Amino acid sequence: MALLDVNGLKIYFHTRDGVVKAVDDVSFSVDSGETLAIVGESGSGKSVTCYSLLDLLPKPPAKIEAGTAMFDGEDLLTCSPERMKQFRGNDIAVIFQDPMTSLNPFITIGEQLIEPLIYHPDKARRLTRDAATKRAIELLDEVGIVNANARFNCYAHEFSGGMRQRVMIAMALINEPRLLICDEPTTALDVTIQAQILELIKQLQQSRDMAVIFISHDLGVVAGIADNVIVMCEGTVREAADTESVFYRTKDSYTKRLLAAIPEGAKTMANRAEVGQPLIEVSHLKTYFKDYSSPAARAEKRQVKAVDDVSLSIQRGEILGLVGESGSGKSTIGRSIMQLVPITSGSVSFNGTPISGLSSSQLVPWRQRMQMIFQDPYASLNPRMTVYQTLAEPLLYHGLANSSNINQQVQQLMDDVGLARASMRKYPHEFSGGQRQRIAIGRAIATKPELIIADEPVSALDVTIQAQVLDLILDLVERHNLTMMFISHDLSVVRYISDRVLVMHHGVLIEQGDTEQLWANPEQEYTKNLLKAIPLADPRSERARLSS
Amino acid sequence: MLRFAFNRLLQAIPVLLIVISATFFLVHSAPGGPFSADKAVPPEVIRALEAQYNLDQPLWQQYISYLGDVLQGDLGPSFKYSGRTVNELIAAGLPATAELAMYAMLVALIIGISAGVLAAMRPNTMQDYLPMSAAMLGICMPSFLLGPILVLVFGIHLEWLPVSGWGDIPGDKILPAITLGTGYAAYIARLSRGGMLEVLSQDYIRTARAKGLSEPLIIFKHALRGGLIPVVAFLGPAFAGLLGGSFVVETIFQIPGLGRFYVQAAFNRDYTMILGMTVFFATLIILFNLLSDMLALWLNPKLRQQAGGDS
Repeated sequence: MALLDVNGLKIYFHTRDGVVKAVDDVSFSVDSGETLAIVGESGSGKSVTCYSLLDLLPKPPAKIEAGTAMFDGEDLLTCSPERMKQFRGNDIAVIFQDPMTSLNPFITIGEQLIEPLIYHPDKARRLTRDAATKRAIELLDEVGIVNANARFNCYAHEFSGGMRQRVMIAMALINEPRLLICDEPTTALDVTIQAQILELIKQLQQSRDMAVIFISHDLGVVAGIADNVIVMCEGTVREAADTESVFYRTKDSYTKRLLAAIPEGAKTMANRAEVGQPLIEVSHLKTYFKDYSSPAARAEKRQVKAVDDVSLSIQRGEILGLVGESGSGKSTIGRSIMQLVPITSGSVSFNGTPISGLSSSQLVPWRQRMQMIFQDPYASLNPRMTVYQTLAEPLLYHGLANSSNINQQVQQLMDDVGLARASMRKYPHEFSGGQRQRIAIGRAIATKPELIIADEPVSALDVTIQAQVLDLILDLVERHNLTMMFISHDLSVVRYISDRVLVMHHGVLIEQGDTEQLWANPEQEYTKNLLKAIPLADPRSERARLSS
Repeated sequence: MLRFAFNRLLQAIPVLLIVISATFFLVHSAPGGPFSADKAVPPEVIRALEAQYNLDQPLWQQYISYLGDVLQGDLGPSFKYSGRTVNELIAAGLPATAELAMYAMLVALIIGISAGVLAAMRPNTMQDYLPMSAAMLGICMPSFLLGPILVLVFGIHLEWLPVSGWGDIPGDKILPAITLGTGYAAYIARLSRGGMLEVLSQDYIRTARAKGLSEPLIIFKHALRGGLIPVVAFLGPAFAGLLGGSFVVETIFQIPGLGRFYVQAAFNRDYTMILGMTVFFATLIILFNLLSDMLALWLNPKLRQQAGGDS
């Protein structure tokens, strides 16, 4: 019998609007030393399934309707709260998605690490504070925290994203669990950091012979690490098999769709870049911010050089990709071009006319000609405005429509971005994530701009939705003759959409070139590593990549 | 942290100046004066009195000399309590008021935080509805109603506690503390419920649960500190308000505190007393707001380190 055997699990959410079948008849098993990946898009029930194993779901509204989850012969779903406390942290541990919000900001990481040891539910196994501290520092060392002794008394905000996730991993492993649940452990991390963390989890699993359940939406990541895969969609299991069968021989239509939606290969559309006067010319751009990160930085009035002497140009009709990891300054470049942040020095010209240094009223006519699409449409759309209001506002403000033709123009926009006209009077929360991004795109193209700066426009979307929105963007670029700067951390997406790519690192532009040329022959070491770190959604080549 | 405090105190100077000026010109523009009484007083007597208190000088001159006195910490002589200064009067009332404020705050914190935390542990159940309904009642119940009810029940019917006085009979401080503290307890209960609900829905609470920690440990160690930040922000202005004295409670229980001076000073057109109390109260509000901001900073390690950079 396997270490964990889940059978016929049904979890329903009883809400005011009726019953939602979050998990509907799910079965799987995982044994020591094995990795099972649960793949699915948001709302597929993959996290709910795993949280139910440790009784971490809010009840109500969640209710376990049927099923068993036998862990080493005991049913996790019906055990007493006391017994559950012993399973938690001790036999089964979880690594959560976002290490920033999953660590307590008010308590030092050291204190959080030793808690499972000094408050062990089994009193005989409790350690003294000193012994626990020693054990925690050893473990921090093992997961690759440099200078663990000194870092023990730091707070979560004093670590970088990757280091925080290492702390999370150490915390999960501190009681030597037999089953480790990883809930999208690398989704919030940069691709090079992701590679390190995945490697670390793999090593730790092998040295401890743990069973691992790996929840992810990223098929590339899954291809490299999973022994078995289950694909979930809307609460049901669509496919369950070993990894190669799922990737190479699936018969399920949804799994096929998921695999097909992964952006792969080069841009299929022709390069429309015109020669001659560039639409945007940025020369020696520097955007510095005050550094508030540490007391010393503040006292010395240090500055963060978010963008440090960057020059670039965008030709009319071109789609320029801008890639870099978090903190590389790629978003700041976008905002500096849009004149949304004060620049420190350098200049930005639009069609040959300098626009940096203009006052906000002088910028108004330029604003109409360049627009921005932001990463999170939920945060960047006003929740108190209907779609109609959101789309009509820029048209009326810039005098592009009047009261007699505004309805017709807004309807036209809705058609353009593929939204039903009937939903014009709805508010953002009534739409799905993909539809919301369509609204944001509609708002950006409303003023008939020449330039659009898209800052991670598909990063918050599921892979099937992401593919649709990317195609919409490409379609609009062609139809409306747009020039675009496409900012993303996702290299596959950038390759799929851009004619030319710039690579940013620590505020500096380190490499640029035509997309396919850059992919084939990256010159800088950093670019090479970045490209090498992309997981491939193909088990054989992904494993070959990992072992090389 | 020190630099932060210093900056905030600097900001307080213009605020105080505006408060003093506005109050000064407002009270002087109100009809009547400190010596216009019901009885007819011979005009030469009034003139002599006005000369004694410099009220015969032009208004701006009075204003300048008052500012000069305030700068030296002298709030001037009272016009009505002849022979006594405003400083003396405030000093006489402050001990009783401060003591009452402390007890009331203690009552408010103990009742408020426990009710709020209990309610947040099981939202939308009886354990939430009961304390929160009581809190709503506490907010709605004015002290001039609650005080006499408490006196009737515990003082007269049950004869458990004295009905009035301050420090004369053991236990005579209990009823006023409860009367004054109830309203604040109710606010604190609502604030701590809100704060705790917010914190308990955070990811790091789920992490603590997944580690197998017991529920009391999760509540007291992981949640309480973050959950009480809204309460801390409320404590400053609340405590300043309590120190300003409560006219109603002090009157009901016959406590020799500050509250009555406010009302009497206004009725008496006792210019220096009104001004003195206002300056005193404004200073308290500024100081206690600063204290509660510093406490909130100290509770949050991230902000604490950022503020620490200033010192």
